[in-house]
Amino acid sequence: MQYEAPTTVDQAVALLKNSGNASKVLAGGTDLLVQLRSGMIEPELIVDIKKIPEVRSILKEDGKFRVGAVVTGAELGEHGDLKAAWPGVVEAAELIGSTQIQGRASLGGNLCNASPAADAVPALVAAGAICMIAGPNGRRELPVGAICTGPGQTSLSPGEFVVSFLFPIPKPRSGDAYLRFIPRTEMDIAVVGVGIHITLDAENVCVDARVAVGAVAPTVLLVEESAAALVGTMVDDASIDKMIAAVRDSCDPIDDKRGTVVYRTQVAGVLAGRVCRIALQRTRRHE
Amino acid sequence: MAIVTKRVSDEREAEEQNFNWVGTRAVRPDGVDKVTGRAKFGADLHLPNMLVGKMLRSPHAHARILSIDISSAEKLPGVKAIVTREDFSDLASEFVPAGEMMVNYRDITRNVMAREKVLYEGHALAAVAAVNAIVAREALALIQVDYEVLPHVLDVVEAMKPEAVLIQEDLLTDGADPPADKPSNIAKRVEFGHGDIETGFAKADVIVEREFNTRPVHQGYIEPHACVASVSEDGQAELWCSTQGHYVVRGHCARILGMDVAKLRVTASEIGGGFGGKTVVYLEPVALALSRKACQPVKMVMTREEVFKASGPASGANMRVKIGATRDGRITAGEAILHYQAGAFQGSPVPPGAQCAFAPYDLEHVRAVGFDVLVNRPKVAAYRAPGAPISEYAVESVVDEVAKKLNIDPIEFRLKNASREGTKASHGPKFGPIGLVETLEAAQAHDHYQSPLQPGQGRGVASGYWFNIGGQSSVTLNTSEDGTVALVVGTPDIGGSRASLGMMVAEELGVELDKVRPMIGDTSSLGYNFLTGGSRTTFATGKVAVDAARDLVSQLRERAAKIWDVPVGDILWHNGEALQKNGRGGPTETLSFRDLAESMGKTGGPLVGQASENVQGAAPSFGTHVVDVDVDRETGRVEILRYTVVQDAGKAIHPSYVEGQYQGGAVQGIGWALNEEYIYDSEGRLENAGFLDYRMPVCSDVPMIDTVIVEVPNPAHPYGVKGVGETPIVPPLAAISNAVANALGIRFSELPMSPPRVLAAIAAASSSK
Amino acid sequence: MSKVHVSTIINDDTVEFLCESEQTLLDVLRDDLRLTGSKEGCASGDCGACSVIMDGRLVCACLLLAAEAEGSTIETIEGMANGSDLHPLQQQFLDHAALQCGVCTPGFLIAAKALLDRNPDPTETEVRYWLAGNLCRCTGYDKIVRAVLDTAAETRN
Repeated sequence: MQYEAPTTVDQAVALLKNSGNASKVLAGGTDLLVQLRSGMIEPELIVDIKKIPEVRSILKEDGKFRVGAVVTGAELGEHGDLKAAWPGVVEAAELIGSTQIQGRASLGGNLCNASPAADAVPALVAAGAICMIAGPNGRRELPVGAICTGPGQTSLSPGEFVVSFLFPIPKPRSGDAYLRFIPRTEMDIAVVGVGIHITLDAENVCVDARVAVGAVAPTVLLVEESAAALVGTMVDDASIDKMIAAVRDSCDPIDDKRGTVVYRTQVAGVLAGRVCRIALQRTRRHE
Repeated sequence: MAIVTKRVSDEREAEEQNFNWVGTRAVRPDGVDKVTGRAKFGADLHLPNMLVGKMLRSPHAHARILSIDISSAEKLPGVKAIVTREDFSDLASEFVPAGEMMVNYRDITRNVMAREKVLYEGHALAAVAAVNAIVAREALALIQVDYEVLPHVLDVVEAMKPEAVLIQEDLLTDGADPPADKPSNIAKRVEFGHGDIETGFAKADVIVEREFNTRPVHQGYIEPHACVASVSEDGQAELWCSTQGHYVVRGHCARILGMDVAKLRVTASEIGGGFGGKTVVYLEPVALALSRKACQPVKMVMTREEVFKASGPASGANMRVKIGATRDGRITAGEAILHYQAGAFQGSPVPPGAQCAFAPYDLEHVRAVGFDVLVNRPKVAAYRAPGAPISEYAVESVVDEVAKKLNIDPIEFRLKNASREGTKASHGPKFGPIGLVETLEAAQAHDHYQSPLQPGQGRGVASGYWFNIGGQSSVTLNTSEDGTVALVVGTPDIGGSRASLGMMVAEELGVELDKVRPMIGDTSSLGYNFLTGGSRTTFATGKVAVDAARDLVSQLRERAAKIWDVPVGDILWHNGEALQKNGRGGPTETLSFRDLAESMGKTGGPLVGQASENVQGAAPSFGTHVVDVDVDRETGRVEILRYTVVQDAGKAIHPSYVEGQYQGGAVQGIGWALNEEYIYDSEGRLENAGFLDYRMPVCSDVPMIDTVIVEVPNPAHPYGVKGVGETPIVPPLAAISNAVANALGIRFSELPMSPPRVLAAIAAASSSK
Repeated sequence: MSKVHVSTIINDDTVEFLCESEQTLLDVLRDDLRLTGSKEGCASGDCGACSVIMDGRLVCACLLLAAEAEGSTIETIEGMANGSDLHPLQQQFLDHAALQCGVCTPGFLIAAKALLDRNPDPTETEVRYWLAGNLCRCTGYDKIVRAVLDTAAETRN
């Protein structure tokens, strides 16, 4: 195995392109190192992208946040402005693993590891974040929800990697939130995770909603029916109940060591209700 | 944190006023090494020319080994030795004690290296020593094994059925009545009790009978098994390993490898947790066999996955408990039928489980029957009060339910039925001065028990019992020429025993604590020592250390008598000095320890205090726990809000480390009750062989654990010590289950009470309403 | 494959080493540099026994390739005491009996130091969540949390 730490995006793309499928991109490494150690993967080349300034920084472009793919959870949590704009995204990123993991784990790694239970992904999908992807054919943009195609599988072509995430400017009366369920208080993989972003108009009517659910299907689900249950309502108890029912209807989980089909489906609804109420509260946070 | 002392006599009380060290919270002598990273644990030793050993393990839960071909692996450059079943001779069936459990040499040799069959996923069947880990792993991949995969059985009830696949084809149930004439997976049947339970149940106004199921749990020590073996060309061998008993390791390894015991010197490294799981051998005989073949030192360290798959968990069990009581709260009869998983080889702790089940109760009619059952799981090892947490969980759950039915406070109910001094225990002996009633009374009076609960919260109580053991220890006190002392013991220090032993010796000698340096000697430096287990070290090694100190004091008095030329009977030893009884001085008024040490060459030679004993008189420890919980009704997650441990220590030599035992045991019990379990797939492969999905409690899962140390002294120990290490893990399972029942009005009879199980029970209860 | 050359500062000393690209930082610390105070409990980032501080961040040395440490500054347990003066956390751990077997202790001390370097006045809840990535199986965490809280209080005064 060879280790390379390029300092520009172009160098990284060249390395990845030349090695084809035998290479792996190293972001924070908190999943990759475990896979390497267990023999699950045996790449010939590791391309560490952390020496590339562009993937390490948080910038503002025309009022929009652009967050580098390897910015760590700890760094996100310390960025007051980003946290104020997208509290749900930041709280999701901060839930990934322990303090130690927070020192390394990143949005890009969490997304491209393509676990259905990744904490950051439902929040990113709910936020409508866009990935900037670099590759042999230049750069392209894709919504976060289009990256993962199944457990451990992404739509990235050989030689491509995620450089950064672009977040929309939050609307004045909008709010996002993320919660996950784990058996302990820390250190577990999400049994279910729910990210919700809602926007109200001046009359407190919901004009936009995005409800994303993790760990209940091979990829994170964006549940249109749940959004439809909220849009046009005052996000009252009855509409939240409808939204919850739609979340449960959309769930197609598996029985595994972390939870059962019945349990995941039930708790997805419970969390959706709780998350929705937090997001609703946050629509008023700038008032 | 509080200490409640029941004094046996005024004499002891007077004595206690004068303790310099016993009962204080001194800094442990090994502490600085452990906070600076200097302490050397099992994997921390590097020897020149050292090889790395790695184990090949079975991917199957049950399979016949048709062939093992190591020819390609042997040819790999850098491979220095490979061992398989061919390198270990077969041993006859012979049971020997290991901790509080028994092991059989025929089985140990098959567990360290599979012979005819692999019996669980992770069962070792070959090992490689190579120049580095990368080469060793490559070599493992080149070993070809042909298996005939066999059906497997994991569940204890399934394994007992006549049609179950046989794990050992020739196993006849020991203790069966009538005697077994056909092989089965039931290795043993045991029965304890007295009276006639049918008579007892006939007198009952209320009878509760329930069935319980629990899963295996792992001891969860943070340090994986590790050792370094070095065998020279002439067969003399050194072994460094993380173990609770290096003498026991020496004995097992010498037997398995056909060596003279004295040719093997074992040094115990610092041990990173054991809880009973490091009382047996796994890597050690294999590393020695590899080193013998390679004539180079070999280091072996388990991965965490190997620890989970191939080192001893505690038994899972199926249990049935029936208790009857009169309307006024007197238990008339108790019965427990216990089926314990042994793993792939016999020897589950079902005998102690059956013995402990009803120990907290003074019963006229009682019966506990246990079955030791083979399943295709790793062979169980001792885990803190082995066998007792689950049998007492079942009994204490039913006791709580009976009390509830009778509308009697659970502590009141226990007090009405509690074992006291003189009670004939259900397993036979009459109890001496035990402290159960004192723990119940202290729990009842505690602010925790008196405080109100918020709506939706629940409170649970349970008591627990463990025997504790004595056994063989040897201690030497080597006096230096400046009057400082090396205290050498042979029981590895797993939780601060060097502190408590040093304090007792300093107390006896009347010297400053820092003049006594306690250390763990290797197997060649002392007489035999049984292992650190059975909560015996502060009690048994402690008694021997006190006797060694008294031996040294008597020599010091003799030397003083010689110097002053007076009869030794005229010499007193007080506060580290020799005095003459009649007050007349010799050339000096007193002779200090230092004076006598400086002159020892002229007064008779080296001053060495020694004692070697098989210590009798171990006294049991009882505890009572109180816990408050809240339950998230929508997700099924149980939160521990408040926890109090009350336990009898006899005498707390170092109260901080006694509290530490109480707190650590309680939190292990919280894990057992709420989340820890072995999860297997349909092929019998362990799915959660890592800390991520095994889910031991983390720091944010638990509150502070309040403690009350009750002291009802043990007359067989010079300071009254009873062992404290194991009892703390016994009450939590039932205490938490009882608290959840109190919160939800739902009785649980299965562990762990993980969120999916709790939520399913809540759903079932609401749909049945 | 040729080895990777790595330059670091470890416990205030310039340390250069050659490593295989597969080796983790923990492998190099323990096996090559013989800094065995950092422990391997799981090799998957779940126990925190290998905690070190790298460029001011608490990390698991088992989840880093040694090559990634190029140019970084690393603090391990071996550098925590200042000569013969123990760090206040080390002293409080001793005074509180906040260790039993001691194998998790280096990781807890490093993690607690990272906390107090950042937050000199943490609440009990903050201490517990910060330390949730460090497993201890002996103590039940009680005395560890008290030692950290008391160190914070002592340092503030």
